[in-house]
Amino acid sequence: MSLILILEQILNGLQFGVMLFLMAAGLTLVFGVMGLINLAHGALYMVGAFAAAIVAAWTGSFVLALVASLAAAAAAGALVELLVIRKLYDRDHLDQVLATFALILIFSEGTRWVFGSFPLFLDVPSYLSGPISLPGGIEYPLYRLTIIAIGLVVAAGLFWLIARTRIGIQIRAGESDREMIAALGVDISKLYTLVFALGAALAGLAGALVGAIQSVQVGMGEPVLILAFVVIVIGGIGSIKGAMVGALLVGLTDTLGGVFLPQLFGLFMEPASATSVGASLASMLIYILMAAILLVRPSGLYGGQH
Amino acid sequence: MNREKLLNTAVILLLLAIPLWAHMAEEPFLITLATKVAILALAGVGLNIALGIGGLVSLGHAAFFGIGGYAMGILAAHAQNYEPLAEWPMLIEGTNQMPVIWLVAVVASALAALVIGALSLRTSGVYFIMITLAFGQMLYYFAISWTAYGGEDGLSIWVRNEFPGLNTLVPLEFFLICYVILCAALWFAARLARAPFGLALSAARQCEARVETVGITPYQLRLTAFVISGAITGLAGALFADLNRFVSPTMLSWHTSGEIMIFVIIGGVGRLFGPVIGAALFILLEHLLGGISDYWQIYLGGLLLIIVLYARGGVIGAISGREVAHD
Repeated sequence: MSLILILEQILNGLQFGVMLFLMAAGLTLVFGVMGLINLAHGALYMVGAFAAAIVAAWTGSFVLALVASLAAAAAAGALVELLVIRKLYDRDHLDQVLATFALILIFSEGTRWVFGSFPLFLDVPSYLSGPISLPGGIEYPLYRLTIIAIGLVVAAGLFWLIARTRIGIQIRAGESDREMIAALGVDISKLYTLVFALGAALAGLAGALVGAIQSVQVGMGEPVLILAFVVIVIGGIGSIKGAMVGALLVGLTDTLGGVFLPQLFGLFMEPASATSVGASLASMLIYILMAAILLVRPSGLYGGQH
Repeated sequence: MNREKLLNTAVILLLLAIPLWAHMAEEPFLITLATKVAILALAGVGLNIALGIGGLVSLGHAAFFGIGGYAMGILAAHAQNYEPLAEWPMLIEGTNQMPVIWLVAVVASALAALVIGALSLRTSGVYFIMITLAFGQMLYYFAISWTAYGGEDGLSIWVRNEFPGLNTLVPLEFFLICYVILCAALWFAARLARAPFGLALSAARQCEARVETVGITPYQLRLTAFVISGAITGLAGALFADLNRFVSPTMLSWHTSGEIMIFVIIGGVGRLFGPVIGAALFILLEHLLGGISDYWQIYLGGLLLIIVLYARGGVIGAISGREVAHD
């Protein structure tokens, strides 16, 4: 087990974590501001990936594909918010779970209807493919490094948006007291649509970026959605900082566990059973992490105020 | 008798009458559909104890459904291969006897519910939903990576398990087994709702602070309800696996959790017969719409959306003229 392998896996974990953050940020914003649990967030991730794959096939431009993923997911998010989600803010969580579950059924089957069950392909553009040499002699895929960079830039932008801009102030005010900011003359329903579309756009971007390394297919958002839930539970609902820390924890734990647990068990077991026990345990590792954090802090690392 | 009770009686009699008629008319497929309704309704009755009475929105009940299924799959697979399940510290053999399988399914899913419940009931609201969902998915991924029992492909059983004195290969006889279990569970759930335990649980849903003030700990009530709920759903899982003679990780996936919840909601939350009507309607829709279009779940999604947004009491609420089951 060389140092280079460990560093590579840490980068992989970072890349995964950054993608999870893009998903979790939208979910946690929507929950923090509107008090809504949105199971259909994974569907918006899928919408972004499909939009990117179609535009990339049309125009051949990866940048345009990313723009399309942002626009399509934001539009789908705004539309869903106006038609359905808006009616759910005053309802209990059970109604929200069911209605957004219904949205998943509609989105997934609708996409299957239009595009069929076969995956679409979104290729990594030639200027981003291939490995790049990093200091220390690591050869690492340039595209994955780009994903990390994009993710970090978007995260920084989001922190700036929340902390420094007028809209950010309104969003934070909406988290603490929605009647008060409505009374101060902020159009709260417009703000809600905006926050929902913003979260959707982040999910769509994540879908497009990941779609280029995996395949673009129906149901691709659901495993990520559930990991994003784990991230939010770990980080604390409503906290962007918590989402960032949780996403990196989950990304690193999952990636490193998947690679190193089988090797760890190999130290004192036969290779075949070490691989299978290690793989089984690695698949459960992040949930065990979540349970451990819950035992210590039931409302997550940065939860507290909710 | 009010309208709701009339409806309940009609539904439970109809669920018995259709397979009896189908047996006479030699339509075994209809009996299989009715069996599926009875089993899924049983799973819903289990969830309804946590969800309807306790107000615990669990999105992880597929875990218990799947554990029940795997209890059947593992025991029966060992029995059909004549391999003992364990040789140390004592010899444990597989079995193809339903009562033993049921017992194992109930105990295993109750234990799982105890662990999952003890952890997730430390939280409430959205956290609870997400955590039950996450633990359910954990077992799903575990089942996929557990190659000893089929991994992603699942486990097939060649012959349906046996019940003393009955021939379970006759569709009607297997249906009757499931029907009797469903009736017993409905009777149990009705007793539970009226018992001091059920009343206290319901009170904890409505106002936690008052329950604590009179000296009852809501956590213990909820945990007990969650374990009972999980055990019933686990039993349904064992029967469902026996119906299909197949168990796979799909039974553990969160779509299954969502579907069990849909039965409860379509019928009407907190209604004793909600899951029965919901499951019957679900199977009916699956069959009718599935015949029209491969993409029938779009219509299911649309229907569910309409029920949630505009008809909050579900079918029973609409028919009985009262939107809310309790209060």
